Amino acid sequence: MSPSKDSENFDVIVVGAGPAGSAAALIAARAGLKVLLIERGEYPGAKNVSGAVFYGSAILDELIPNWWEQAPVERHISRRNLLLLSPTTSVSLDFRTTAPSYVEPPYNGFTILRPKFDRWFAAQAEAAGAFLLTSTVVDDVLREDDGQIVGVKVRRDEGEIRADVVIACDGVHSWLARKTGMQRELHTHELSLGVKEVIGLDKSMIRERFQLEGNAGMALEYVGAVTEEIHGGAFLYTNQDSLSLGVLCQLSSLVEHKKRPYDLLEKFKAHPAVAPLVRGGKLREYSAHLIPESGWQMRPHLYSDGMLVAGDAAGFVLATGVYIEGINYALQSGLAAGEAAILACRRREFSRYTLSHYVEFLRRRNVLQDFQAYRHAPNFVNSERLQNLYPELAARASEGLFRVDGKRKEKLLPLYWRSMRQVGGKPGDVLKDLYQIARAYLW
Amino acid sequence: MVMTTHEEKMRTARFRVDETAHIVVDGEKCRSCSVRACTYVCPANLFVPLDDGSVLFNYEQCFECGACYFVCTQEGAIQWTFPKGGYGVTFRES
Repeated sequence: MSPSKDSENFDVIVVGAGPAGSAAALIAARAGLKVLLIERGEYPGAKNVSGAVFYGSAILDELIPNWWEQAPVERHISRRNLLLLSPTTSVSLDFRTTAPSYVEPPYNGFTILRPKFDRWFAAQAEAAGAFLLTSTVVDDVLREDDGQIVGVKVRRDEGEIRADVVIACDGVHSWLARKTGMQRELHTHELSLGVKEVIGLDKSMIRERFQLEGNAGMALEYVGAVTEEIHGGAFLYTNQDSLSLGVLCQLSSLVEHKKRPYDLLEKFKAHPAVAPLVRGGKLREYSAHLIPESGWQMRPHLYSDGMLVAGDAAGFVLATGVYIEGINYALQSGLAAGEAAILACRRREFSRYTLSHYVEFLRRRNVLQDFQAYRHAPNFVNSERLQNLYPELAARASEGLFRVDGKRKEKLLPLYWRSMRQVGGKPGDVLKDLYQIARAYLW
Repeated sequence: MVMTTHEEKMRTARFRVDETAHIVVDGEKCRSCSVRACTYVCPANLFVPLDDGSVLFNYEQCFECGACYFVCTQEGAIQWTFPKGGYGVTFRES
């Protein structure tokens, strides 16, 4: 039995005012539901850290037309670099474009600063009619005797708030998903620790160094020697008058090699491919956050009687090496959860059967398909050879390729063969990896 | 300066410190731990190994990332929760 409606009851309680939570709250409030959005930080975004590039501008454009005109965005991404690093050398894939789908509205992606962006986005949910309650920690759910979830327990006096549907968007730790048994304990190989700095740098210097016009921006992603033997990678993004940069380290691999994450961050900034880009900058803020990276393998039970899980809490971060995306999936899954809550409220029926429509809405938004399609990628991305051997191989082979010293020029196959033997690679392993790559990325 | 020490990094973060600790470490349990992953994984470097074999923890400059909780191999050595609402770390630019 759902409790009788009175002024104390909400239709929907959303826990966590990140992109997933604010999207869910916004769409539910627009449908006329009474929505409470609860945030533990002193403002939305206060506890949130990302790179951050928000890809999927078009998704938000459907919700808030021309959103970038009013939101605190930094730069739209028109250049991307994927770099393989050895200690001395970098080999990169440089993508730069003036294609309209990247440089004209609605753009493809923007760099953002999460404390500013999340605060703005939560305010949009408020403007749509949702109630925002900040500085409030949710410790558990409220349950009826039959197990139906009917609200949350907050760490305040008179700390019970009732609602027909609870949407957990409480981030990577998802206290709620774990307390309700919807998510299992996570393993250290499924989580990456990101440490990050925002470094102030003059606007004109940023344009010049990264060869950017106007408000265009660049995203650089690195794999290889910069994280030593740690499985992970690094990133550098351009903001208006600052750079966001950091390293991601698989937790299990940090433990195995006894490395300190901030030492790797310093090493990254000192790398010959990175140092000229950050020179003269001034540290503004240092931060850290965990990232759920095993995607499909860590997806929780997405719905139960009275509750849905979205965003990082559901492990919706696509980490494939080529893609490191989370905010877009947070938004999509938040919207899908909001849609499921709206459907349940219209039917006045809040069992897991009604809420299972969430899965259908996630499919309609292509969220589950992406994670299913790339389900083999996270293991490959964090494999020893991709992390350490191949960047070194690419660097050595390129050093050989471009070197002119009067000796006979090697053709490509012998060149790669020799480089491979230098870095200790085995042809059999390469064949295995080619199969892994094909399975992870090609079909 | 672009290259910074850990102390310089930590000075850029803002914390509102609660009187009660949101993470409690049972230093006794750490005595039998040979891994002590928390002492190097923590991005705020808040876990200090002591000579007597236990581990000292200071919750005040915690980023609430949870890394220590996930890497801990000693059952029950780390009691982890979020700080009271509005307390703990507040990011402005990240």
